[in-house]
Amino acid sequence: MTRVSQVNAPPRTGLFSPISLRRWGNFKANRRGYWSFWIFAVLFGLSLCAELIANDRPIIASYKGEILFPVAVDYPEEKFGGFLAQTDYRSDFIQNEIDAHGWTIWPPIRYSYQTANAYIPHSAPTPPVWLLSRQDRCAGYPQGVNDPECRPANFNWLGTDDQARDVAARIIYGFRISVLFGLILTALSALVGVTAGAVQGYFGGWTDLLMQRFIEIWSSMPVLYILLIIAAVLPPGFGVLLGIMLLFSWVGFVGIVRAEFLRARNFEYVNAARALGVGNVTIMFRHLLPNAMVATLTFLPFILSGSITTLTSLDFLGFGMPPGSPSLGELISQGKTNIEAPWLGLTAFFVLSIMLSLLIFVGEATRDAFDPRKTFR
Amino acid sequence: MSDVTEPLLSIRDLSVAFHQGGKTTLAVDSVSFDIQRGEVLALVGESGSGKSVTANSILKLLPYPAASHPGGSILFKGQDLMRATDADLRRVRGNDITMIFQEPMTSLNPLHTIEKQIAEILALHGEVSVKTARARVLELLNQVGIREPEKRLAAYPHELSGGQRQRVMIAMALANRPELLIADEPTTALDVTVQAQILKLLKDLQVQHGMSMLFITHDLGIVRKFADRVCVMTGGKIVESGPVVEIFDNPRHAYTRHLLTSEPKGTPPARDAAKPVVLEATDVKVWFPIKAGFMRRVVDYVKAVDGIDMRLRAGHTLGVVGESGSGKTTLGLALTRLIASKGRIAFVGKDIQDYRFARMKPLRARMQVVFQDPFGSLSPRMPIADIIAEGLAIHESGLSATERDRRVAQALEEVGLDPATRWRFPHEFSGGQRQRVAIARAMVLKPKFVMLDEPTSALDMSVQAQVVDLLRDLQRRHDLAYLFISHDLKVVRALANDMIVMRLGKVMEQGPADEIFDAPQHAYTQALMAAAFNLEAVTSSVIRE
Repeated sequence: MTRVSQVNAPPRTGLFSPISLRRWGNFKANRRGYWSFWIFAVLFGLSLCAELIANDRPIIASYKGEILFPVAVDYPEEKFGGFLAQTDYRSDFIQNEIDAHGWTIWPPIRYSYQTANAYIPHSAPTPPVWLLSRQDRCAGYPQGVNDPECRPANFNWLGTDDQARDVAARIIYGFRISVLFGLILTALSALVGVTAGAVQGYFGGWTDLLMQRFIEIWSSMPVLYILLIIAAVLPPGFGVLLGIMLLFSWVGFVGIVRAEFLRARNFEYVNAARALGVGNVTIMFRHLLPNAMVATLTFLPFILSGSITTLTSLDFLGFGMPPGSPSLGELISQGKTNIEAPWLGLTAFFVLSIMLSLLIFVGEATRDAFDPRKTFR
Repeated sequence: MSDVTEPLLSIRDLSVAFHQGGKTTLAVDSVSFDIQRGEVLALVGESGSGKSVTANSILKLLPYPAASHPGGSILFKGQDLMRATDADLRRVRGNDITMIFQEPMTSLNPLHTIEKQIAEILALHGEVSVKTARARVLELLNQVGIREPEKRLAAYPHELSGGQRQRVMIAMALANRPELLIADEPTTALDVTVQAQILKLLKDLQVQHGMSMLFITHDLGIVRKFADRVCVMTGGKIVESGPVVEIFDNPRHAYTRHLLTSEPKGTPPARDAAKPVVLEATDVKVWFPIKAGFMRRVVDYVKAVDGIDMRLRAGHTLGVVGESGSGKTTLGLALTRLIASKGRIAFVGKDIQDYRFARMKPLRARMQVVFQDPFGSLSPRMPIADIIAEGLAIHESGLSATERDRRVAQALEEVGLDPATRWRFPHEFSGGQRQRVAIARAMVLKPKFVMLDEPTSALDMSVQAQVVDLLRDLQRRHDLAYLFISHDLKVVRALANDMIVMRLGKVMEQGPADEIFDAPQHAYTQALMAAAFNLEAVTSSVIRE
């Protein structure tokens, strides 16, 4: 008897339950999805550090013995002997001033998404640097080929758009904003949708009936027109767009979650929990939600890519993010207007198609991973 | 025709292996047996013994290529079915050899009428034309004892009762006058009275047609009553075989002896009128409204439980017996206030019928439930320590983590499980162990009253006996009151002091259990006893088809 109370610690089986490990194994077995997942994760991770990769200000600078972090802190130009409220680190004057009294570490791409390149060889948009001869590349600089600023750090690797902004910088920021938008929208709609589906499925009866009818009416609204109308009234922005799209996108989750809860609410272990006196909310969270989460998780990557596509199309139509923000949809629309600059459209096309394909591959692998019948050799 | 003594089916060294996730498990290991013409061979064993897999491999119905046969031969009238082509197999299936399965609802296509399904079998193999098909279908339905078959031709499976569905399955199996009928637990899903009828029918038809039959079952009572010879299977091997009488009278293998002695035994603890009343109910009713029309007016009620009185003292067991649909589970749920009901329910002197969730909550600790299916009643995503501790977290939230863990370990030890296993997940336990976990979950709260809803029905016979012993032991130690719901009269006899026999929501007979068992008064109770203990079909108006 005494021996019993000694066995207190659970065995160290690792962080994850056997089921999760099996699923992870299944996920890995789908090589395409597995690699897509890592490529996407790395790309997204990099884009989260966009400020350190593409920016019009140095990451670290040393000026007169003082270490400065221009990437994080706005220093007024007075500090360097200028007069603007914000320092333009790309200007010759400031660069020379800092170089004379210290040093700078720049990001690999010296443009932010809004930085216009003042030294483009001809009127914007200009083609990617590798399509130009050395003469053409440096044609816009005061000293031509001999100008010290005509160097790889200042090249527009993917060309510039019609406002002379660096396309490479814009897609890095654009990718980040698209994925973030998609992730936040998916997470919020999953939250709302799962809650609504859970309540309907668990309580059933009148609750279910009324909410089902409401959802039928709600989802029969012409979403795109409502988006256009609201976008015309409210100032467009990240939050407003997110809110509007959230109004309609949560409906997609309700069906599957409701079905899972309807099925599982009469499971014997749910009844057993009721007999123990467990409250409704606890039952829903502890016993029913895990069942519904399988279906929900399988759904997520597809909702995510759908959200990204919607944002892109709104941007393309001009009802999306405010002007100036880095956005893939805006890049496509530029590609459409500037048909003589195919790098705009092609870049946007490749970024979008690679991003969405990766997400779909990840989604497929997730679906396989949660499929209990799927076996891999 | 050359040799009369040549067996109809001869299985030699049959093995079946399953491959999954890189692992190979041998489900059947070098099994050999013969079936003579006109003979009934029973294959008996507990779940997982490989008896169904053996039967399914005769017609090659296993999920190939996940399943494979490392060796052996299946000779049917000289033809090796193991090496037969698909076309050859199709000629044998449903024609020379037919099968009936456990669950008649899922074996029949819900979208086709009875006539169409039986006629399909005839058309697939037969020379029967569409015109003569109907006559043959009627003949078959007559043979299997479906009353007024003309009216039943256009019926869909859901319109028939379980017994009738199994009769239709038998009609389909007989359609092409097979030489061998494989019956895989054909009566397990049926009520006892219906089971007795179906067994009688099968026996009659077997004699009449001179068929051979391979009868797969876990029920030794059926084997004794029904079979000529028996093969006892365990762990994929046949450990003993021979004539039924010989094996039952003189079992040689230890496992056979174990099976034969594993029926639930013992008697309930003595009655004691001095013990306090734990649960008392008067005129309990659960009526489900039937609504019709545009305004959804209530036109009638399904009277699932209709006016039941009961009284249960501490340390006593009230057995509730009835066939499926008799309302016994509904009664149990109503008494534990898990579904709405009418009538007075008093638990330890408190009138709890009008208690809402919050007032009911403290009482929940004293009134516990154990369900039938040990696979369904434990959440597959929680280790059993968490499952058992769930109630403690609610009712004794003041406990420290160590203290709670100690209580869980204690509860596990009490039900005979090693507390060191409490970090495992339910799927790592066998059915009997899982039922013990479910009992531990109830016991950890130190209840006064436990509602046991068919706690032994999903378990193997020998495990049933252990669980019955465990329940009786717990009752004695903690002076528990049990409401024991079961269709299995043998288990009820081993546990119950008092008994309610229910049918269609009403009490047929109520009183001390031993009196009812010794001298059942009501015709229905008598029929139930005859079917349960002697597998005798009673033709009486009180029994459903």
